[in-house]
Amino acid sequence: MTNRSSLSAILLFLFFSASSAQHNVRTERISGSAGDVLEDNPVGKLKVYVYELPSKYNKKLLQKDPRCLTHMFAAEIFMHRFLLSSPVRTLNPDEADWFYAPIYPTCDLTPTGLPLPFKSPRMMRSAIQLISSNWPYWNKTEGADHFFVVPHDFGACFHYQVDLHMSLLDKIVEYSLSGDLYVKQEEKAIERGILPLLQRATLVQTFGQRNHVCLDQGSITIPPFAPPQKMHAHLIPPDVPRSIFVYFRGLFYDVNNDPEGGYYARGARAAVWENFKNNPLFDISTDHPTTYYEDMQRSIFCLCPLGWAPWSPRLVEAVVFGCIPVIIADDIVLPFADAIPWEEIGVFVAEKDVPELDTILTSIPTEVILRKQRLLANPSMKQAMLFPQPAQPGDAFHQILNGLARKLPHDASVYLKAGEKVLNWTAGPVGDLKPW
Amino acid sequence: MKLSALHQSYLNRRRSPLDSSVDAPSKSFLAVFWLVLHCLCCLISLLLGFRFSRLVFFFLVSTPSSSNLYSPPFRPDLPPPRIDLTPSNATTAEVKTSSSRVVVGRHGILIRPWPHPDPVEVMKAHRIIERVQREQKAVFGAGGKGSRTVIAVTPTYVRTFQALHLNGVMHSLMLVPYDVVWIVVEAGGVSNETASIVAKSGVRVIHVGFDQRMPNTWEDRGKVEVLMRLRALRVVKEEKLDGVVMFADDSNMHSMEFFDEIQNVKWFGAVSVGILAHSGNAEEMVMSMDKRREMVDEVEERSSLPVQGPACNATDKLIGWHVFNTLPYAGKSAVYIDDVAAVLPQKLEWCGFVLNSRILWDEAESKPEWVKEFGLLNENEGVESPLSLLNDPSMVEPLGSCGRQVLLWWLRVEARADSKFPPGWVIDPPLEITVAAKRTPWPDVPPEPPTKKKDQMSLSQGNNNVVVIPKQQQQQQQQQQQRSSKVRKPKRRSKRNKHEAKPTDTTTQVSSSTKHHQERN
Repeated sequence: MTNRSSLSAILLFLFFSASSAQHNVRTERISGSAGDVLEDNPVGKLKVYVYELPSKYNKKLLQKDPRCLTHMFAAEIFMHRFLLSSPVRTLNPDEADWFYAPIYPTCDLTPTGLPLPFKSPRMMRSAIQLISSNWPYWNKTEGADHFFVVPHDFGACFHYQVDLHMSLLDKIVEYSLSGDLYVKQEEKAIERGILPLLQRATLVQTFGQRNHVCLDQGSITIPPFAPPQKMHAHLIPPDVPRSIFVYFRGLFYDVNNDPEGGYYARGARAAVWENFKNNPLFDISTDHPTTYYEDMQRSIFCLCPLGWAPWSPRLVEAVVFGCIPVIIADDIVLPFADAIPWEEIGVFVAEKDVPELDTILTSIPTEVILRKQRLLANPSMKQAMLFPQPAQPGDAFHQILNGLARKLPHDASVYLKAGEKVLNWTAGPVGDLKPW
Repeated sequence: MKLSALHQSYLNRRRSPLDSSVDAPSKSFLAVFWLVLHCLCCLISLLLGFRFSRLVFFFLVSTPSSSNLYSPPFRPDLPPPRIDLTPSNATTAEVKTSSSRVVVGRHGILIRPWPHPDPVEVMKAHRIIERVQREQKAVFGAGGKGSRTVIAVTPTYVRTFQALHLNGVMHSLMLVPYDVVWIVVEAGGVSNETASIVAKSGVRVIHVGFDQRMPNTWEDRGKVEVLMRLRALRVVKEEKLDGVVMFADDSNMHSMEFFDEIQNVKWFGAVSVGILAHSGNAEEMVMSMDKRREMVDEVEERSSLPVQGPACNATDKLIGWHVFNTLPYAGKSAVYIDDVAAVLPQKLEWCGFVLNSRILWDEAESKPEWVKEFGLLNENEGVESPLSLLNDPSMVEPLGSCGRQVLLWWLRVEARADSKFPPGWVIDPPLEITVAAKRTPWPDVPPEPPTKKKDQMSLSQGNNNVVVIPKQQQQQQQQQQQRSSKVRKPKRRSKRNKHEAKPTDTTTQVSSSTKHHQERN
């Protein structure tokens, strides 16, 4: 077996050296810290059991608001649908390696389409209570072999805007002191921390920031949902020359929530605007052109700065359109970080270095830039960032399953002895303890 | 600091909202105090026009800024951003891990002192863009097939119009986005003049000399050109050049799409050539057009369009060749290079064919069988067109959507055989006689010549056109005028210069008498 694999490795190496000698190599293979795993097939490596929860946790929410299928957090819904028809699903819970509870905690949208994770902690809690009382599998491990998809801004630290118990006077004073209430979201999220009941479960979330309360060590970071058909409908031929150096469209100041600046994006987006609004190499503005996707395909670098949360769907768009992502978010954890070597693909700029962004980008050697473009041109890279309907091999669903499979087999400490309890069912703000 | 302490206590309070009843009296006092302060700040802000409270807070709490940070000019509606004001906010929140570098709270907006582009960096960026585009073109361009070297074969010789023609071909080749090898075969041996022209091209040039001199009739010239091209093909074979061979005759005009299209050739291809059979005489052209219209009901293969190229049937397969209809010009075509009649192309011009250079190589490994072995070709048997290189002419690939696109134009224009031009188009030694050139009706003083060697001759009549001729040529011209028998056109092409002629620029021929001037145009 090793002989054959080494022989095939030699042949592969020769083939690639021959093809790269041609000087016209289009793509390069991607291998992260876990190895060349982007194209692994998870079927056969793990078994997932999907709980049958009442539809008030999932289908009814979707029926009330079908916009949940198209916003950035639609991954939770599509993951459920994918698992229902996937070959890794098993109907026998005793042989399952992982358990999945289909809840849609972010499917509670404001009229403008922003999710309010207002009731999400309570919904989660009630679902877990249901699971632990109806099936024995939660109590066996206190959730350590369960996984949940929590794609919201701060993951499982569900936070909310207004403290219910604040009086009007409190609110006025609070507003005058801090600017307004929304800016305190992250601090509140940090205060709450991850929902206590989810401490042992694996969280599949879009949020990733190192050393942050809301990122559990064993979480799997996924890309935010971006509609694949819409992006593929805007593809232009690859020989259209890339003539824009740096491209960005989006807000620099969030005047509704952070009028003076400094809170939004930790001041990084505002710094980009103030330093480079007069620079002809930087095509940055706040408008919404209809040619947004086409323009990304005509750019060499696309800025992906943090917003209210460190991640952004721009990363997905940049990868799909072959534009090198410039990530301005300190300590961010990018999707599938063990399968994809992001340092070789994107450019990382510290937030304090934003005023020197043009120097940093122009001093990257052209060979490095061409290599990054070759890595981005790899179709398995683009596929790994998308959630296509129906699922295709190598897409983000499969990467999640691969990530879960890499965590197997479960450590023996995961299984609790009879009667042992680790989780504190009454921890957390009082408001969470109310039934949902 | 009082502010932050109060703030802290307030936040502490907020964490346990259910315990609010404990310190209700102090809370109400505090709340009233804050309300009063808030109203006061509101009133002051109304008067001043900006948020006064923010400014006060800033001046109280701000830390000294580091030297390389710049505060934007004070905008009343937007107080200056704070440079670093995280402490109070961050410490009150319970940050569970202490090793986090990222701090929550208000951050300053970092702006460098001169937020404008640096020209050196702009240049670097443009170089990066250009390199990326080049790579894109190499990988994705030309239908994704990658780029093959273009091997251009040009027969040439030194004559008046050589500079005109060769510069045109050279500029086209310089614009080609692929690698170019230019094989220039020169009749009469390698000369400095040709070498100096092609040296400016910047592409790889192989300059080969050919021992015969270029003859004076079009027919013989065509034959010598064929021999020169075969000489060039032998160079390709010997040096094992790899790429697509095309024949760039020096007076032809190529479009850029031509070079993109020939990248698609597999072994032997043909493109459509536009034939511009031009004669210097406008009346002749009209007559030939009429003649052609009379013959419009000829056989279908003879198209009345001046195009030479492959002919295809409905399924895009090659069935024949379109050739230029020479019948209207029968008997009236140019024989000598300087004839005024129309110059006609050969039956099949070489420039319409392109071939894969591997056809010419020695080893017959991947060559198709319908290609003759180039090394065994006998030139003396009369090679007329490139089809003689093939055993089976039907295997030629038609390019340019089966000949529907005309990608290059054939034109032959030459000066008189005895026309004089300064070698290298550099006038050395400088011209000797200078005369003022003016159209003004009043006489005036002739200008001072810039060099010492000039004689001056002033023509004081108003309407005279002026001439500058070197002394030694003057006598020659006068002799020529007496001798010449052909009256084609008045030989002098006098110019009307409104500005003063500089000593060394006009080279019009002129007769010394002024009467001729009035006859002219």
